[in-house]
Amino acid sequence: MKLKLTTLALGALMAAGPAMADLVFPSLSYRTGPYAAGGIPFADGYADYFTLVNERDGGIGGVKARVIECETGYNTEKGVECYESTKGEGALVYQPLSTGITYQLIPKTAADGIPLHTMGYGRTSAANGKVFGNVFNYPANYWDGASGIITYLLDSNGGDIKGKKIALLYHNSAYGKEPIRTLEELSKKHGFELSTLPVDHPGQEQKSQWLQIRRDRPDYVVMWGWGVMNQVAIQEAANVRFPMENFIGVWWSGAEHDVLSAGAKADGYKAVTFHNVGRDFPVFDDIQTYVVDKGLAAGAGDQIGNVLYNRGMYAAMLAVEAAKTAQEIHGVADITPAMMRDGMEALEMPEARMSALGMPYFGPSFNVSCENHGGPGLVGMTQWDADTKTWSLISDFQKTDTSVIQPLIEADSASYAEENKIGGRCN
Amino acid sequence: MPEQLIFAMEVTLNGLMAGVLYALVALGFVLIYKASGIFNYAQGVMALFAAMTLVGIMNGQVPFAHLINAIFGGHITHFGWTIPSFIAILLTVAVMVLLAWLVQVLVMKHLVGQEPIILFMATIGLAYFLEGVADLMWGSEIKTLDVGIPQGINLWIDEKTYNIFGYGFFIDNLDIVATIVAALLVTGLVIFAQYTKQGRAMRAVADDHQAALSVGISLNFIWVLVWSVAGFVALVAGIMWGTKSGVQFSLSLIALKALPVLMLGGFTSIPGAIVGGLIIGVGEKLFEFAIGPMVGGATENWFAYVLALLFLVFRPQGLFGEKIIERV
Repeated sequence: MKLKLTTLALGALMAAGPAMADLVFPSLSYRTGPYAAGGIPFADGYADYFTLVNERDGGIGGVKARVIECETGYNTEKGVECYESTKGEGALVYQPLSTGITYQLIPKTAADGIPLHTMGYGRTSAANGKVFGNVFNYPANYWDGASGIITYLLDSNGGDIKGKKIALLYHNSAYGKEPIRTLEELSKKHGFELSTLPVDHPGQEQKSQWLQIRRDRPDYVVMWGWGVMNQVAIQEAANVRFPMENFIGVWWSGAEHDVLSAGAKADGYKAVTFHNVGRDFPVFDDIQTYVVDKGLAAGAGDQIGNVLYNRGMYAAMLAVEAAKTAQEIHGVADITPAMMRDGMEALEMPEARMSALGMPYFGPSFNVSCENHGGPGLVGMTQWDADTKTWSLISDFQKTDTSVIQPLIEADSASYAEENKIGGRCN
Repeated sequence: MPEQLIFAMEVTLNGLMAGVLYALVALGFVLIYKASGIFNYAQGVMALFAAMTLVGIMNGQVPFAHLINAIFGGHITHFGWTIPSFIAILLTVAVMVLLAWLVQVLVMKHLVGQEPIILFMATIGLAYFLEGVADLMWGSEIKTLDVGIPQGINLWIDEKTYNIFGYGFFIDNLDIVATIVAALLVTGLVIFAQYTKQGRAMRAVADDHQAALSVGISLNFIWVLVWSVAGFVALVAGIMWGTKSGVQFSLSLIALKALPVLMLGGFTSIPGAIVGGLIIGVGEKLFEFAIGPMVGGATENWFAYVLALLFLVFRPQGLFGEKIIERV
């Protein structure tokens, strides 16, 4: 009996051995529930890139990456459960893909010393690395998105949008309310008239909001939506014959599934973005060869090149590059979460590096620093072509208005630091 | 005429149209509750399941393709054909009848005589089961549903109202179709209940199922019939809402829109569902129009329930519900 137990224990130890040496990247995904249409391609892109790195490069610095997927259903409580159940596996970084889950995980990850990457979502003021040591939201945040849209409109109107009417149609949640403050400040600065139209979850019924838009005739409608709200809004915009080229969504309102159900009427709809679109990048050929053709894809392999697949893959690529940076800094392959955090803080993503990875001009060039966890906030504009059923990047990745955004970040992070008695870093 | 009054008229008309769409969902609840005393929590998911099945059949999608591929390998997704929408609707009705039979045989039959709360719990289980099965069967991506229903502004109404008021009213063609369909559906249900043998049997069971049993009416058959009719109503609601937003998981949440309608109209009345839907639709839209801007908007969801609660205070059985008198 004793011998049996010893053999079992040894077997378990041997089995656990290689797993401990893996670099663990949890994926808090949602493949079920009302937001699955967005969650699935992101999770597929995230997982497929790690599989590519394992299959093509033999892992990160020779160590295999392991993705642990945990289904959150976009539910905050389940997201926290997923965090608690996976952090013991040696998780290097969490990407919760939900602003609600992010808010819950900020204090938890700080206590556990695990970095959190909330790319294009989450708490915007986390860009201030002096307060949020463990949280990163590079390359862009919500406020960059709002400012990027206004910058684009300024460019389209010869630098003058004074007197223009802009309506913000937003998901009536913490996420949807994020851009309001920034847009209010930008409204004061540029003299445009801002009106706000909340839409309650899930957003299936928006008749009142679109009747109001039809009555008020704003020059532009900006949308901060997610899930079914996006599809209904685009359909209603077409119904009231609002000019689609004057309807601009944030990056969570600009995927293929958001526009397809409106058919040809969605032609010309725009969305701000922080990464490129389409599948015309060498990295996708590698994913096809090393992942899909080998039957190792996380999904059916039919999402490659879709907006949210690209975003998931981009998030994974940034995690891999941060892990490589951490390995270089600390001189070890088997990095810890604290080392990963150092790697994220020292991450440099110049164009040359992205090109070498088979992703030329896939995202903006940026560097992360101790003070700035959000990057430079460069964003571009995409537009939907209903004929070819493709999104195209129609502008460069441009600077956002840091003179407005930075004071907001400073103020919000300062109040968080005061509430949580956090001393400053980076001195 | 003052501009605000003209706008209010447009909002009222749109509220009536929205109310019809709410009533379509509420009808399914009423049918099952009236015949069996079960509050069918799964009605919203049945609308989702029906719409997904319809799109799947129309597109020639292989059901359970992911599962089949995972077990046997391969990459099958479609049969390679498409089916005209009318035939696909008939096939979907057949699927909903099959579902009704399965629900009766596998679940409800075994719960005869149980407390209403147990039956309610069973329908909660059914809802979650159906959600999973629908995803497994047809995939969870958003599907475009096009059965030929026109969408967008009705130009005739726009032009006529412009000539009268100097402002063209927006009425969605889809809402007009939904109104006609709902009228036909209710007429059909009334004719079925009043003038057919099965309809009369259904009413007999609704009134007193033990008395109905004693005169030789098969409870099993009637309940399958009722769940089938509710399945058909769910399909109609699924088509209308799915055409608007694409067929996706959120369709199951339209049930939330039906609850205040039921509270207001009563759980046992088909006309109640229609009138309740109209009152809720107009009430929430007018409130949002008049008061919404003063309180930050997004009032529709909660105001519908406030309105329903107000009615409940004065008439607990709803506008058209049966007054329950229990003697001690």
